[in-house]
Amino acid sequence: MEENSVILVAELDDGHFALIKNSLQSTGIHNRIQRFTDGRQLLDLLFTKTKEPHQQNGQYLLLMDVRLPDVNGIEVLEKIKKQPQLKKIPVIMLTAADDSKTIERCHDLGCSMYIVKPDKNEGFTDAVRKIGLFLSVVEIPQVSTVV
Amino acid sequence: MSEKAVILVAEDDAGHFELVRKNLWLSCTENEILHFKDGQQVLDFLFRTGDGEKRQQDQSYILLLDIRMPKVDGQEVLQRIKQDRQLRKIPVIMLTTTDQVSEIDRYYELGCSFYMVKPVNYHRFMRAVENLGAFLSLKGIRVSSINGSV
Repeated sequence: MEENSVILVAELDDGHFALIKNSLQSTGIHNRIQRFTDGRQLLDLLFTKTKEPHQQNGQYLLLMDVRLPDVNGIEVLEKIKKQPQLKKIPVIMLTAADDSKTIERCHDLGCSMYIVKPDKNEGFTDAVRKIGLFLSVVEIPQVSTVV
Repeated sequence: MSEKAVILVAEDDAGHFELVRKNLWLSCTENEILHFKDGQQVLDFLFRTGDGEKRQQDQSYILLLDIRMPKVDGQEVLQRIKQDRQLRKIPVIMLTTTDQVSEIDRYYELGCSFYMVKPVNYHRFMRAVENLGAFLSLKGIRVSSINGSV
């Protein structure tokens, strides 16, 4: 993962987001981490329906919870994976949802990995650190802005 | 991985496979690891063709896939898997020496989960594979079982 790749985190829970951010940064990741608290905000950014500044040709990786208000994680995943440019974005589902139907649906839609959040903070921190260390040795694709 | 997912490794370089196997064996102790020496072997296994071992019903898999392989290359293997309604659920991690941007984009477009470049430097290669092993060892990882006949 290059330094200009942006890590998008779609997470409603403040505590979980803080833990994700701190754990990623503790592995030496200096990439920009941008948070979304609902699916609509995230889609607006990716489909450039927002005035917020972002790169024309960006490298993005998405960590996303299934349970999000407004538009949930499965719907966001479906929209991203149907769009020819955005479909390249690696999407890691990181969620408390642990039912086989949701898991199968996300894999069918094309999530890169599906990870259930550990119950205890210690385990959660450790899991996110391992995700971060793995991401540091992974290549991220370029996506161009969608009009 | 909490479920007993089988890790498939398609890699024609014996030395690279040994490094990967050793690391995964240490981190993913509960997962079976199967080795395929070319793309045709892994397709035969997944699509249940040929004379060799074939995939089991209702088993879950993760595939580590090299690009440059004899007979059938990694690109075709990935395409075949992602075009199949059942097999497409298998997470495929590319593990290759090619680091061209156009290649990276293409493989993500075809539906790989992640694209990893094998560093030429031995120690960096070891570290990359260690990080991969630690990631795959996460208890929270869930993979779908693959059923249906192809």
